[in-house]
Amino acid sequence: MRNIIDMTNDAAVRAADPQFGRDGLNIVVATNHESSLANAERVALAYGRGDAMSLPGMAIAVKDNIATLDMPTTCGSRILSGYVSPYEATAITRLRAQGAVVVAKTNMDEFAMGSSTETSAYGPTRNPVDPARSPGGSSGGSAAAVAAGITEIALGSETGGSVRQPAAFCGVVGVKPTYGRISRFGLVAFGSSLDQIGVFARSVRNAAIATYAMAGGDLNDSTCADVPVPTTPEPVEAYRGRTLDGVTIGIPTEYFPPSLDADVRARCDVAIEVLRGLGAKIVDVSLPHTELAIPVYYIIAPAEASSNLARFDGVRYGPRAADVSDLREMYQATRSRGFGAEVKRRILIGTYVLSHGYYDAYYKKAQSVRALITRDFDAVFASGVDALFTPTTPTPAFKIGAVTDPYEMYMSDIFTVTANLSGIPAISLPIGRVGGLPIGGQIMTRHFDEPRMFHVAAALEAALGGEAHA
Amino acid sequence: MTDWSQKYEMVVGLEVHVQLKTRSKMFCGCSADFGAPPNVNTCPVCLALPGALPVINAEAVRLALRAAIALDFTINLQSVFARKNYFYPDLPKGYQISQYDEPIAVRGTLRVRTPGETATHDIAITRLHMEEDAGKSVHDRYPRKTAIDLNRAGVPLIEIVSEPDIRSAAEAGAYLRTLKQILEYAGVSDVSMEEGSLRVDANVSARLHGATELGTKTEVKNVNSFSAVERSLQREFERQCAMLDRGEVVRQETMIWDASRGTVRPARSKEESHDYRYFPDPDLPPLILDPDYVARLRHTLPEMPRQLRQRFATEFGLNDAELDAVTAESSLAAYFEGVARAHGDANAAAKWMMGELAAALNETGTGIRDFPVRAPQLAELLDMVRDGKLSHTAAKGVFATMRSSGKSAPVVAAEMAVTQVGDDSQIEQWIEEVFAELPAETSRFRAGEKKLTGVLVGAVMKKSKGRADPKKVNALLSKVAG
Ligand SMILES: [Zn+2]
Repeated sequence: MRNIIDMTNDAAVRAADPQFGRDGLNIVVATNHESSLANAERVALAYGRGDAMSLPGMAIAVKDNIATLDMPTTCGSRILSGYVSPYEATAITRLRAQGAVVVAKTNMDEFAMGSSTETSAYGPTRNPVDPARSPGGSSGGSAAAVAAGITEIALGSETGGSVRQPAAFCGVVGVKPTYGRISRFGLVAFGSSLDQIGVFARSVRNAAIATYAMAGGDLNDSTCADVPVPTTPEPVEAYRGRTLDGVTIGIPTEYFPPSLDADVRARCDVAIEVLRGLGAKIVDVSLPHTELAIPVYYIIAPAEASSNLARFDGVRYGPRAADVSDLREMYQATRSRGFGAEVKRRILIGTYVLSHGYYDAYYKKAQSVRALITRDFDAVFASGVDALFTPTTPTPAFKIGAVTDPYEMYMSDIFTVTANLSGIPAISLPIGRVGGLPIGGQIMTRHFDEPRMFHVAAALEAALGGEAHA
Repeated sequence: MTDWSQKYEMVVGLEVHVQLKTRSKMFCGCSADFGAPPNVNTCPVCLALPGALPVINAEAVRLALRAAIALDFTINLQSVFARKNYFYPDLPKGYQISQYDEPIAVRGTLRVRTPGETATHDIAITRLHMEEDAGKSVHDRYPRKTAIDLNRAGVPLIEIVSEPDIRSAAEAGAYLRTLKQILEYAGVSDVSMEEGSLRVDANVSARLHGATELGTKTEVKNVNSFSAVERSLQREFERQCAMLDRGEVVRQETMIWDASRGTVRPARSKEESHDYRYFPDPDLPPLILDPDYVARLRHTLPEMPRQLRQRFATEFGLNDAELDAVTAESSLAAYFEGVARAHGDANAAAKWMMGELAAALNETGTGIRDFPVRAPQLAELLDMVRDGKLSHTAAKGVFATMRSSGKSAPVVAAEMAVTQVGDDSQIEQWIEEVFAELPAETSRFRAGEKKLTGVLVGAVMKKSKGRADPKKVNALLSKVAG
């Protein structure tokens, strides 16, 4: 194995390369070479001492909404410009304990509100596969960091597909673990009941190792479950051959609508045949409330966001408007200047749906429908289905600036929001390319059944081999 | 002044905020202590730094449950924390975590006896819910600026909301005093209005006697003592009655009590009607209580004032005034019981506590917990009085010295020569013994070395265990030596 400090240094140099900075692909928003090297030295020392580590010297890039020491955490927003967290997210602490070293903070849609990384105060990130295109979002910077080879692993966060959609667009693996699998402590909240830290990696195996490294109960997060964490996944070789014998995979009809991009459909059909060839029993299933997922999501997430973002008021941190005459003006000016248009739109929607007289009609109703969506999944899994296979997104990566209608943008999350609403784990992995653009396939399993999810994904990944990126 | 109570009836409901006596805050590990330098007791959670999350303090839940049990509430085995959203600089998250439509306890009662009345009145209490305190805005420290102290932000509170069952200012006072007493007995709070651990908002309206509909209420704020609550309610009631009598309409608004003038005035600026946009806090799963746990808490609750009164009345035969005095606080009651049991004469114990002890506590402003003379020591003093070793007057003096010295009654009595031995022959015998034990000093003393007087007097005092009258010892020394 290569020298841990050299590995970190190489990654930190790549992260600071101008081609990935503001005037380039705009992937990286912050680095701290010195602190990364200091951390690498600590890891090297502990590793040399014989400490067990699953990711010794693994350089990672981290989405700008996860609290790290030594580098700013700004959520791609002017309202947090220059903010450096005095504490570190639990997920980061756990990764560092396994030998990982943070080398970069990555660009994102402002406060994770977006599906293209275009709403960032730093400007849009470009897709390394095709710089004219969006890497997806909101974790576009982290997806692009892995796709561009800056790091092997990167952290993102999901509220409605913000890891899986950019993973699909950039041709990498993206994981959204079960809600409660990884502590949210230190993840800047967007929609608290939906938010989960997720992982990008070049391989399913590395994604699994990083997921497990962060997983497990946390006394600082009451919504984080104290569920046993699986050990490191089996080696890749274990997935070759008829490794899905006895596994039933459901194909939900609602995820293959007539409007589905033909290339995406074709690639999915190939993947399904590969799964069948691996021994899986393929069955058609129905998740009848799927079409309600987007409206439900765009009530619940903004409602929670409108409250979560109230703390950005200019009183304790972040820039504060000075040219004001009273408190109310200070709030108005600080927040009007600090937040971008998409964030304001969602705060307004969220404030509205929680308002007196509208709460029952919107928020409460949305929560009931959310329960129905969850029940759809429960019923399918109870019927003996072990995993679901779907496309990750309705289309491949779109061009930057091409999607201007917010509703159309929201629809790009249509196949991913359901896993957030129900809390189940889901993974996107590359299943091929069309016209050079990556297509992602999605696998979803029962709550806390990440082992099955990684098993099916790794088997498919191994069977597709070079096909996944061709 | 018109006596409006002939024509109109006062209707009052009280909202009482009580700070729970926990070591740490409601949702983080910061100290909940009073009086630290500004913003010292803070962390990412109570500063609402990005990414921080709340975690429920189990001790706060335990104390809230004790309060609820003591007030005969129905406990909700599932309750929900909700966010109450509004902007204010001392509210770091932009919302307060509180409980809204699913509080931890509902439907309590408080039996109240208004002074001067014989009948008791059961006041219904709507709900008891848990919440966190806000920080403190300091407006007078820096010119044209407001300073924020977040030490208090996140300190655990319970809010106890009564039904509009209270019918007079005096009854409101009785409700508050009884509530305070029960919460103190339950050991859940310091219940001090001065220190802000008990805060009262009062809703008051007036209506014609016999009317069944409630009148428009106003909320009286800024009251910082129970008597201020009573006075402010009376003033506000009179203001409303006068308006009603003139055919005017009472507006629903917030009134501020001005203690220095003894008047109420409408709150400045248009009190905006807030839409708090309550919704369940997604960071906190519903609070589920184990019924066994609640049952165990029920059993660990100490005797409440009513039961204790009953028991003291039958067991010790105290009268109402005595019962009032010795059960005012749980620690006082425990003290009384200790004295009564050790001494045997409960009436004597009660009398002493109402007289000398009450005066002493008043004078020093300390609570019984910090009082230097503990129950067994007071019992010992009362024993001496009963046994004729001390006159009542002498006992008062001994008591005073016991307070300052911490010594026991017999020791103090001896030192003060109040049980002194004045018998010459006894003292002479002690002197002879000392001479025999200290031959060298004695011969030098006999030879005229007067400075040795002190040594010899001391030795005699020691031998007499402090009971010899030192003046007499002095006088007799020369005589015996001669
Ligand atoms: Zn704190």
